[in-house]
Amino acid sequence: MTEGTGIGARVRRTEDNRFLTGKGRYTDDINRIGQAYACFLRSPHAHAKIDGIDTGAAKNAPGVIAVLTGDDVAADGLGGIPCGFSPTGTQAPQNAPPRPALVQGKACFVGDLVAMVIADNLNQAKDAVELIQVDYQELPANVDPAKATDPSTPRIHEAAENNLVAEWGIGDKEAADQAFAQAHHVTKLDLINNRQIPNAMEPRCSIGEHDEANESYTLYTTSQNPHVTRLLLAAFVMQIPEHKLRVVSPDVGGGFGSKIPHYPEEALVTWSAKKVGRPVKWTADRSESFLSDTHGRDHVTRAELALDENGKFLALRVHTAASLGAYLSTFGALSTTYLYGTVLSGPYVIPAIHCGVTIVFTNTAPIDAERGAGRPEATYLVERLVENAAREMGIDRADIRRRNFIPADAFPYQTPVVLAYDSGNYDPILDMALKSADYAGFEARSADAKSRGKLRGIGFSTYIEACGIAPSNVAGAIGAGIGLYESAEIRFAVTGAVSVHTGSHSHGQGHETTFAQIVVDRLGVPFDNVEIVHGDTARVQWGHGTYGSRSLAVGGSAIAVACDKAIAKGKKVAAHLLEASAADIEFKDGNFTVSGTDKSKSFGEIIGAAMVPHNFPLDEMEPGLDQRAFYDPKNFTFPAGCHICEVEIDPDTGRVAVVNWTAVDDFGKIVNPMIVEGQIHGGIAHGIGQALLENCVYDPETGQLVTGSYMDYCMPRADDLPNFNLGFTETLCPHNPLGVKGCGEAGAIAAPPALINAVTDAIGVDIDMPATPEKVWRALQSRAQAAE
Amino acid sequence: MPTVSMTVNGQPAAGEVEGRTLLVEFLREHLRLTGTHVGCDTSQCGACVVHVNGKSVKSCTMLAAQADGAEVTTIEGLATNGELHPMQAAFKEHHGLQCGFCTPGMVMSAVDLLNTNANPSEREIREWLEGNICRCTGYNNIVKAIQAAAGQTGG
Amino acid sequence: MYNFNYHRAGSVEEAVQLLSGASEGTLMGGGMTLIPVLKQRLANPSDVVDIGGISALSGVSEDGGKVVVGATTTHAAVASDATVQAKIPALAVLAESIGDAQVRNRGTIGGSIANNDPAADYPAALVGLGATIRTNTREIAADDFFTGLFETALGDNEIITAVAFPVPDKAGYAKFPNPASRYAVVGVMASQGPAGTRVAVTGAGPCVFRAADMEAALSSNFSAEALSGISVSADDLNSDIHASAEYRAHLVGVMARRAVAAAG
Ligand SMILES: Cc1cc2nc3c(=O)[nH]c(=O)nc-3n(C[C@H](O)[C@H](O)[C@H](O)COP(=O)(O)OP(=O)(O)OC[C@H]3O[C@@H](n4cnc5c(N)ncnc54)[C@H](O)[C@@H]3O)c2cc1C
Ligand code: FES
Ligand code: FES
Repeated sequence: MTEGTGIGARVRRTEDNRFLTGKGRYTDDINRIGQAYACFLRSPHAHAKIDGIDTGAAKNAPGVIAVLTGDDVAADGLGGIPCGFSPTGTQAPQNAPPRPALVQGKACFVGDLVAMVIADNLNQAKDAVELIQVDYQELPANVDPAKATDPSTPRIHEAAENNLVAEWGIGDKEAADQAFAQAHHVTKLDLINNRQIPNAMEPRCSIGEHDEANESYTLYTTSQNPHVTRLLLAAFVMQIPEHKLRVVSPDVGGGFGSKIPHYPEEALVTWSAKKVGRPVKWTADRSESFLSDTHGRDHVTRAELALDENGKFLALRVHTAASLGAYLSTFGALSTTYLYGTVLSGPYVIPAIHCGVTIVFTNTAPIDAERGAGRPEATYLVERLVENAAREMGIDRADIRRRNFIPADAFPYQTPVVLAYDSGNYDPILDMALKSADYAGFEARSADAKSRGKLRGIGFSTYIEACGIAPSNVAGAIGAGIGLYESAEIRFAVTGAVSVHTGSHSHGQGHETTFAQIVVDRLGVPFDNVEIVHGDTARVQWGHGTYGSRSLAVGGSAIAVACDKAIAKGKKVAAHLLEASAADIEFKDGNFTVSGTDKSKSFGEIIGAAMVPHNFPLDEMEPGLDQRAFYDPKNFTFPAGCHICEVEIDPDTGRVAVVNWTAVDDFGKIVNPMIVEGQIHGGIAHGIGQALLENCVYDPETGQLVTGSYMDYCMPRADDLPNFNLGFTETLCPHNPLGVKGCGEAGAIAAPPALINAVTDAIGVDIDMPATPEKVWRALQSRAQAAE
Repeated sequence: MPTVSMTVNGQPAAGEVEGRTLLVEFLREHLRLTGTHVGCDTSQCGACVVHVNGKSVKSCTMLAAQADGAEVTTIEGLATNGELHPMQAAFKEHHGLQCGFCTPGMVMSAVDLLNTNANPSEREIREWLEGNICRCTGYNNIVKAIQAAAGQTGG
Repeated sequence: MYNFNYHRAGSVEEAVQLLSGASEGTLMGGGMTLIPVLKQRLANPSDVVDIGGISALSGVSEDGGKVVVGATTTHAAVASDATVQAKIPALAVLAESIGDAQVRNRGTIGGSIANNDPAADYPAALVGLGATIRTNTREIAADDFFTGLFETALGDNEIITAVAFPVPDKAGYAKFPNPASRYAVVGVMASQGPAGTRVAVTGAGPCVFRAADMEAALSSNFSAEALSGISVSADDLNSDIHASAEYRAHLVGVMARRAVAAAG
């Protein structure tokens, strides 16, 4: 174990002291003087015309300050909630119907925002919401992505014929079809990637505030990317200059993608704060979170893998119907297009790939990124196909993977679906996982389980991930409205204190610790002298925020570059102080030394000289040492790994117990192993949740959310999970200054197919996620019947 | 409005509340003890767990009036003289928290577990945590932290 | 939540008085069901009468060969009570399986059975062990107490004071929890003793019920094998996204065999 506080050390987290003593500062912990409380009336119908809203009684209720509807939004000229992504590679430009902050004439999903009440206290606001009368004319609803384009399905938006967002495709269809025509074996799979609700434990919360003196606004909000929220809210919704809006995202209690989008509630508290002349606070109930946070996944897919007689992959063909819910959220189709189709090659050589996606609207909550965002969906289908193919062709599941891995000497490797993998070495990962999971001993464990009346199964998942998103030119080419570089600013105080202002946002990832480790490693300053500042547009120059496992690879790299710039200037200062030439100054372990001598200055002394420039080459340089960097990654990063899951199934009830989990991952350089392990644990748990427990269900007839609370939406709990057995290999990322790759989503990407492969191994039939007891029991019944 | 008074973290605390005021509202809004969190509205997530008369309870499912006269301990009252309680220290040492939102309830629940069962098995720990949902950690390191706080080796 | 007047009753008599004086009064035991219901604004009582502090209603005692559990005894107290563990260990197991630790620290037996949630555990214990419910006015046999979905034989302002359990020779409880809520998808209490041979099923139907065919088979041979091939009909069983009626019917068989096996 690396000692100290630099890169590689298991530094205990800086942020923990405040979290452990109840001193964290989450948005709902903030109370502004004179604040009023907002409560929303949400549509109880999945699809309804609104012929009138009577707010009279509500307006007269005790404590009520304002009752606002879509008419008020329109009257004030508030812009719609924008979508920042419009995919290229579509047959026609995507249909992007407007999304007013409060509905105008029509509600499109259960939970859609119909009216807003602002009152002196929350109970008054809630009471008044019940007094609003809405004249709804219910329309038939559709919640099934596979049915959305049927001519008989009711149209949700005038602007979207057949409820189509877009038809998107990637890869070479002709080449794939040809390969299939010549294949020795074809494995086919129809599958559903079940809709998920991200469920960060902190419900969303927003407080809007207006400063009359400066004509400016402040929004405190639970966001993973306050600058992006500022851009969208200021430029598109409020139509004010960005400097007139400050967005603060203090401690945020988890995101998992659901706190990326800019939400209408954020716009409404900000806008209404000026209208009512008081700060306006809204905190979601968990029930509201279920209805209105963005959801994830929701794919219906047919996938086929073509193989030759040796089990070598020839081609992959995929067609998916993917829902984006009732409106386009901030990143809209990104997770269903480029973050999905481009990773279909996995860690394998697959000469031809084609993937088509029919992207549709349904009468459900908007869908956006959820931990992994597109890559779990892709990995799930590839890994299930691979394991089914192995079973069908009688090849060992490890062997079939080995035969098809991209060889270590083939990097950089260009896949047929756009991406060029920069580095990787997959065999050692598999070797380590096989050993660590004692694959050889599985038969014996299986026999033992049988003697106890249990069915034991084993399943693999060897994944790659494309993360550290993303090079800005690529972002532009695929249809993003923003660049995806990250910024860092490093500021030095006279006394030697170092403040690092980062555009990444921490909501559990521990940046205050890992980012400080980078600075310690780079500059040799004491850990306790380093402060990480994030989450406030007034304190941080600019940032794209945290998602896509990008904070360390992009945000951390920006910090490293800023540090290097400070060192470069520091060398010049040292040269002056030490009366040497800058070319002769070496920087090592926090000291600037004239090479070949013992003449040296510590970094702290250089900071002092630069900040109090009594003896400083003022005619050559500006005083001060502060530096700023905007780091744009040259490529994605490509972590890879192998997860092996073992389950035991109780055939009487169908209950699946996860009994063993082995994960071996290659994340490149690891800055803080303790934190990385924690990220993997959480990711695996999230993936096990999807595969075994979690399912977002809308009633197919009424469009009501059936799983609208923890009574029905099954979150993984401590007794659902085993301990996780982790291992790491390391191939460095060749193109970023830290050699790092990113780890936040890997578990959620790798886990679902490993688990379902283990279940299908145990029961001998295919099954969709989540593998609930009844589903497994029914599968066993049908197998028993078939055997009769 | 009725008045309630109780001892919170060793200090007397009193206030006027409505009948419907929940203990968690009293703590967060009247006393500004915002370490106790609210993560759900169905009494299932455990972000709100505090101790009332030495037992862990969900402060979102108890009226402030029900706690009249009680001894209440919240996460803010666990550390003594700036020294982390052994359970808090174990969570830090074993990385039993990420975003920190579930953490106060998780720690208060874990402290009650060890008060009730000083040497729990891994299974018993996992079952005890049924009422505490964490989305970040996968529970692996929470279990480890509790084992360590119980003085179990290898924790 | 709508507002209400809160009262803490010092005695059963005071509680009755407070209830009869209220336009729409409701009792509160542990509040573990009532408060979530109020939070969802599904009820709007004028007055809430808290009986949780009445010490005479709390605790476990032995009375004429019966184990008597006071109405406000918490699930945690039942689970850890030495008398319960010695005389009716299956009851301790059942109480320990309810909800989570914090729910068990506050939820009470009286509140659970008064509420008669179709997925609650205690109804299976009371019917499966042949208990008697004592109220401020009378005694009611468990067989007559649970009358339907969220319905009981309790009259207006009638307060449960205790539940008396005969001590069985053998008893076992097996529960298949709902993976999300952890309430019973199916829970079965099987026993043999002074109250006869009993198999009570909760979770599966709209209200706890006895499985007559199973009881008949067990009365001559109290063993899991005796139940093989006996099933309950799926007609009238509950069906939801977690378990269809057919699956529940199947689980009744599995849980009944496990309950009997656990009874030893
Ligand atoms: C997260 C969670 C999980 C749960 N899991 C389970 C589970 O797995 N299994 C299970 O069985 N239960 C479960 N419960 C319910 C729990 O057991 C409740 O404690 C119980 O159902 C109600 O008891 P209480 O004392 O809290 O009643 P209260 O909520 O106080 O009252 C419930 C009802 O009973 C009435 N009442 C209360 N006491 C009396 C009395 N003495 N006489 C007459 N009427 C009375 C009240 O007026 C009210 O209508 C769970 C609850 C929660 C919040
Ligand atoms: S806030 Fe979720 S249990 Fe109390
Ligand atoms: S640490 Fe984030 S929910 Fe537990």
